[in-house]
Amino acid sequence: MSEQEAEGHQVAPAQEVGDFLRLRREQIAQRWADAALFRTVFTVSRDEAVEAGRAVVEALAAVAAAERLEDPEADGFNVVRDQLARTAASRSRAGSTNSQISTEVDALRPPVLELLVADLSARGEEHVRECTTALTVLMGTLRMVVLETLLTAGQELIERQRLQLLEVATPVIKLWEGIVAVPLIGTLDSARSQVVMETLLDSIVEQHARFAILDITGVPTVDSLVAQHLMKTVAAARLMGAECIVSGIRPAIAQTIVHLGIDLGTVMTRASLADALAYALRQQGADIVAHVPDGAGPR
Amino acid sequence: MTGLSPSPYGGQVPVLRIGDVLLVTLQGDLHDGTAEQLQQDVSEAAADSRVNGVVIDLSGVEIVDSFLGRVLADIAAKTRLLAAETVVAGMRPAVAITLVELGLTLPGLRTALSTEEALRLLGGASISPRYGRTRQESP
Amino acid sequence: MQTAGGLSACLPITSDLDLVWVRQHVRQAAAQLGFGLVAQTKLVTAASELARNTLVHGGGGQMECAPVNRGGVRGLRLTFSDEGPGIADLDQALRDGYTSAEGLGMGLGGARRLVHEFDIDSSPGRGTTVTVASWVSAPPRPREER
Repeated sequence: MSEQEAEGHQVAPAQEVGDFLRLRREQIAQRWADAALFRTVFTVSRDEAVEAGRAVVEALAAVAAAERLEDPEADGFNVVRDQLARTAASRSRAGSTNSQISTEVDALRPPVLELLVADLSARGEEHVRECTTALTVLMGTLRMVVLETLLTAGQELIERQRLQLLEVATPVIKLWEGIVAVPLIGTLDSARSQVVMETLLDSIVEQHARFAILDITGVPTVDSLVAQHLMKTVAAARLMGAECIVSGIRPAIAQTIVHLGIDLGTVMTRASLADALAYALRQQGADIVAHVPDGAGPR
Repeated sequence: MTGLSPSPYGGQVPVLRIGDVLLVTLQGDLHDGTAEQLQQDVSEAAADSRVNGVVIDLSGVEIVDSFLGRVLADIAAKTRLLAAETVVAGMRPAVAITLVELGLTLPGLRTALSTEEALRLLGGASISPRYGRTRQESP
Repeated sequence: MQTAGGLSACLPITSDLDLVWVRQHVRQAAAQLGFGLVAQTKLVTAASELARNTLVHGGGGQMECAPVNRGGVRGLRLTFSDEGPGIADLDQALRDGYTSAEGLGMGLGGARRLVHEFDIDSSPGRGTTVTVASWVSAPPRPREER
């Protein structure tokens, strides 16, 4: 649609804003490149900041053209999530608080508004007001999208770190050819038990281990949920073709298990890690002897 | 997406015979009909008196639900009646965890880490002593 | 591929072959949402149990699959519905009954343990609707904070 035509008709404000954004894409991108949000992230080159700004302007134009100014689920915002949210996320990692970033996103509005008002100066006051309102609504939705994405990213980060901590706390040690062990230290909760289970089973595959030892000498207490996890681990290992031995059940824990009414009867247990290893070695056909018999040198 | 899907009803799992052992290798997502057909095929093949073991390789299977679990248990029960032993080999960790959570621990089933190990369990020394030997580093 | 369009779907459950499609769709949707391997396997297995239930006991029906978002945690919701005879005794149906091969509600109890949320609506003559949901990470539970 040519500009002359548009002047004649009364175009919906959202459409008008969409057309404006598309038309002024370059100018807006240039102005945004100097805004705090873009400047601080793209310190490498200003071109990069302009490029990012351009993508966001285009996305906003698409949302406006679809007349979905207030809809954070509008398709155009997916590009924003991808582009601007990543930018904001790196700002957040750099130490900016969410409210700082919110202010920074808000700061993107005035330069665009200024351009819009200038562009529409020849038009009726009423129309200008409608268009600026539309733009304000659109920028408000943008801020919402960015903040929502930030919060999600924050939560994902926490979750990832939590899992990393759990993994660090769960080392799998190869004791012998075909024998792996996990010495557990500290309190076992349900989430950690889950990680222990998965880590141990994965190592059975990786190490081709026929025996897996879960040593709980360093575990102060076991509740019924954790005891169940231990039993599930043993059962899953068996399905995979490995035998899981639980060692180091301290008397207090044994007492608790009995009190909880849990039957560990199907689970192979040994008093200590050493006993468990000895058992696994014997099962593999290896004998533990005090000294090498005569004539057993390499052949 | 459709590349891995089994062909409807036409899908059949081959039952290979190695010496006195039947070897069945399951792959991908198994159709119910295919699983039932397999159950029948194995029973028939195991009826041969010279068969003394069945190895079912699950290493290529991403999901075992209660239906397939029951098929495996049934194969084991039937072959046991025919004096043959069934070993399920190579079940993936995620599948094992899920089966246990589902409540299917398949207590009657023998298991092994791999097909090679399963053959060894079945006294496969007579088949080929070097078959599938895992790398052995002296400790 | 930014939109959630590929994840939402309504699949018919009218033959054993449909069970394969259900499993494959759920697997793909779960993988796309970022479910870990074990979580994927649990959800796919639950879907398989419930779809078979819909087929065998409900006489066929459908599964609706939709991504969900609660407090920033992404998840997948699956709804299995049929217009079959329905279940008179839900408690009994949810009890582990997998030992009786043709028992009513077989697999329901097992499927419940494989998902984070499980809801069943059924009564004789009105069909059965089972809705389950699982989350990419642990479902939001404020009490586990330390």
